[in-house]
Amino acid sequence: MTFTIPIDNGDALKNAEADSQRTLYPYVTGTSIVAIKYKDGVLMASDMGVLMASSLCKFKGFMVDNECAGSYGSTLRYKNIERVKAIGKHSLLGASGEISDFQEILRYLDELVLNDNMWDDGNSLGPKEVHNYLTRVMYNRRNKFNPLWNTLVLGGVKNGESYLGMVSMIGVSFEDNHVATGFGNHLARPILRDEWRADLSFEDGVKLLEKCMRVLLYRDRSAINKLQIAKITEEGVTVSQPYSLKTFWEFQAFHNPTAGAQGSW
Amino acid sequence: MFRNQYDTDVTTWSPTGRLFQVEYAMEAVKQGSAAIGLRSRSHVVLASVNKAQSELSSHQRKIFKVDDHIGVAIAGLTADGRVLSRYMRSESINHSFTYESPLPVGRLVVRLADKAQVCTQRSWKRPYGVGLLVGGLDESGAHLYYNCPSGNYFEYQAFAIGSRSQAAKTYLERRFESFNESSREDLIKDAILAIRETLQGETLKSSLCTVSVLGVDEPFHFLDQDSIQKVIDTFENVPEEEEDGGEAEAEAAAAEQGGAGDQDVAPMEM
Repeated sequence: MTFTIPIDNGDALKNAEADSQRTLYPYVTGTSIVAIKYKDGVLMASDMGVLMASSLCKFKGFMVDNECAGSYGSTLRYKNIERVKAIGKHSLLGASGEISDFQEILRYLDELVLNDNMWDDGNSLGPKEVHNYLTRVMYNRRNKFNPLWNTLVLGGVKNGESYLGMVSMIGVSFEDNHVATGFGNHLARPILRDEWRADLSFEDGVKLLEKCMRVLLYRDRSAINKLQIAKITEEGVTVSQPYSLKTFWEFQAFHNPTAGAQGSW
Repeated sequence: MFRNQYDTDVTTWSPTGRLFQVEYAMEAVKQGSAAIGLRSRSHVVLASVNKAQSELSSHQRKIFKVDDHIGVAIAGLTADGRVLSRYMRSESINHSFTYESPLPVGRLVVRLADKAQVCTQRSWKRPYGVGLLVGGLDESGAHLYYNCPSGNYFEYQAFAIGSRSQAAKTYLERRFESFNESSREDLIKDAILAIRETLQGETLKSSLCTVSVLGVDEPFHFLDQDSIQKVIDTFENVPEEEEDGGEAEAEAAAAEQGGAGDQDVAPMEM
């Protein structure tokens, strides 16, 4: 009888122990990011809530190397996490998905920006360069079946030109005038497609983002009513203090929610 | 320079603090045929003299495109120059791939210089025997650098390297203050005139020189023979100005004495 003993632990696909070396599912996650270009630069909004998945159960199939993970939902574990950070002089990075992977990405970018500054030669990394670097990193990890479980939004201004782009965990990368991650893609982007204009003022931009964030607050169960809006212009980055949106719960349908559901329990 | 007891190894210092092998490598650059670079605020022109081994062979390529925004002209051991051009192309394309934006010239030049320095500090290597005039464009404008076998690099408004480059340098020294504001056409004309200085009396023809340009909105490319000939015609047929006329005569006299040295150029140096 012959059997193969996995000597090197690196066969990420076939080997049980190797699974602990690569990301299979996210544990601590942030929800949507919504970002738009406006007259002077880019605005990016995120809420400050972060969920933690609870009790994963994992079982292997009998003959086939077949795993399935069951989780018992998640808890709103952290309510004060900043998911939008300034990168260098010209960029803003927002992330949804696994927070630890976001922190890892921030470490990579920190090193990148440091080396860029060390050249001290009048050249600096702009948002386009950072976006492409991140695309390379994300795609590379995807190819090794060990993704950084994030969807990243990269916005910035350099030499008067605004830039806004997105990279997903599988390396899909593109630029647009407005981007969103996760649920934002389904709930916020239709609003933005209708109402976004190139010459939005700061106030109008914020109103537009708040409209999107309000819909997300009502309909995305992982969103909380505590958000931050970050702004980047040629002058630099400003991140607002956390604040809440006004909500309205007095709709008729909410008053007697079980009216149409006469049942035995 | 004369032979001495400290010149066998690149890793041996002389008592006066010199590395002779590195200096000998710089001599090799002086043996190659001339290469010239000049820059304005928005353009860089690289030009070289075409020298062929014999009438039967084609001339050696001395100017290489590294990227749309960077070109390099070499003088000295062309084989070393070819290898370094390949390195530069590789660095440039890797940067473009990762960052989707052109590699700043200053950073390329530092990497080249560091590579050259390594060869001055290893006993099993020899310094590169080629000088490189790197011209390029980045965020901060047009730049011209000279990379030396010693691992040093300098930025220039205009420079000439290779044999009889002193004549070209003298010409450029007279005019360099106006280069920053020069138009593209004037810059090309000055480059060809500087090439003419190195020919010392030989009639300037477009087949004798190679000229390349790069600038804002103009990727690196070579000028074709017709365009070069047109520029030559604008000044070759016109009686020269007083001061140029006087100097041309003096140089023609010197050329008769200096011309014989050509046959001593080693075949690997162009």
